[in-house]
Amino acid sequence: MRSQSTNHLINYILHLADDSLILGHRNSEWCGHGPVLEQDIAITNISLDLIGQGRNFYQYAAKLTNESTPDPSFAATEDTLAYLRDIRQFKNCLLVEQPNGDWAQTILRQFLFSAYQFYLYQQLQNSNDETLAAIAEKSLKEVTYHLRWSSEWVIRLGDGTSESHQRMLNAIDELWVYTGELLIAASYELRAMSTQQGVDLTILKPKWEEKVKDIFVEATLPWPGERFQQIGGKEGKHSEHLGYILAELQYMQRAYPGCEW
Amino acid sequence: MITREIDKKTIYSYLEQVQDPEVPALNVIDMGIVRDVLLHDDGCLEIIITPTYSGCPAMDVISMNIRILLSTIGFKKIEITQVLSPPWTTDWMSEEGKRKLRNYGIAPPNPKQQVCSDKLFAPNEAVQCPHCDSWHTHRVSEFGSTPCKSLYVCDDCKEPFDYFKCH
Repeated sequence: MRSQSTNHLINYILHLADDSLILGHRNSEWCGHGPVLEQDIAITNISLDLIGQGRNFYQYAAKLTNESTPDPSFAATEDTLAYLRDIRQFKNCLLVEQPNGDWAQTILRQFLFSAYQFYLYQQLQNSNDETLAAIAEKSLKEVTYHLRWSSEWVIRLGDGTSESHQRMLNAIDELWVYTGELLIAASYELRAMSTQQGVDLTILKPKWEEKVKDIFVEATLPWPGERFQQIGGKEGKHSEHLGYILAELQYMQRAYPGCEW
Repeated sequence: MITREIDKKTIYSYLEQVQDPEVPALNVIDMGIVRDVLLHDDGCLEIIITPTYSGCPAMDVISMNIRILLSTIGFKKIEITQVLSPPWTTDWMSEEGKRKLRNYGIAPPNPKQQVCSDKLFAPNEAVQCPHCDSWHTHRVSEFGSTPCKSLYVCDDCKEPFDYFKCH
């Protein structure tokens, strides 16, 4: 019987893993389609970092799962967690599963998420869970690149031509509704915070807002302010898009269980 | 339980035969990704490695190649452990490694970290062309053919080259 305290930690880790995997997968859809070769390479490099971070979290979640329910016939691995869970078990936020749209929408999604992930990992380095702290410390270096790269692109497009500016405005309209969820704690995040394994999102909120505001000012983009916010992804209630992502992501392992190549 | 450390030097010299599959000019010791070598009571040889980047696909191949090499040499029980902290930086790369990189046509990381900040539109890091030694170069892209490299081009000899970026 798994204890409640392990359960919330596993859920917390899966949430971190799912955010990285799903955004990594979304970005990987750009592979071979980027606006110019260098940016095609950039966005797929970011994918690789995110999927790598996701793997580290999944490996840890699998280890804890197996320790708490020692049943060799159902041994969890990073692969079973990524490929064999159903949509309602995924705990990623709604933002990362949104479609790529145009380059502006992809860039804005990356920027809004990287700004969140940057401060998240900065705090998570202080986790009293050594493994989480180590993954955060490692990942933070990579996220620093992601944040700088995406910030520069938000400014370049926002303060670019009238068309690129308009596309950024459209992207804001499309994505802003999913930003609130990033900083609203789900039950397992509150538990993880109370045990000092996780991060206090109320500390993150002003930092995230300040960063996004600064970049928006420089990009000549309006601050959208308080708007209606969609939530639910972290609790497994997703938009229609995640099902399609999982259908593609999980197809091989579902159709040919255990296949390797 | 770890009781003693075996002759590390010998193991390290074996490990010098394991190349980085993505930068074949370098072995795992040059890269500085081998953190430690331990011999456990039960005879298990444990190799502790650290990834350069979280998503570096070479890590799985490297682990497998280390395992294959050591089994060929005769070690029966081999464990490869990945550690993340403290994170790898280009400072872990050996001087020998930097020299090999250069000869291979990849500009080695500059000794001082210059780019890993959140400062926007920072000036390009000055990087010396590995082909003609000119410092007259510019960055084409911060991201290159592998996570650890960025793309540069030389303004004198006009050759493009990879720069193993500071990280």
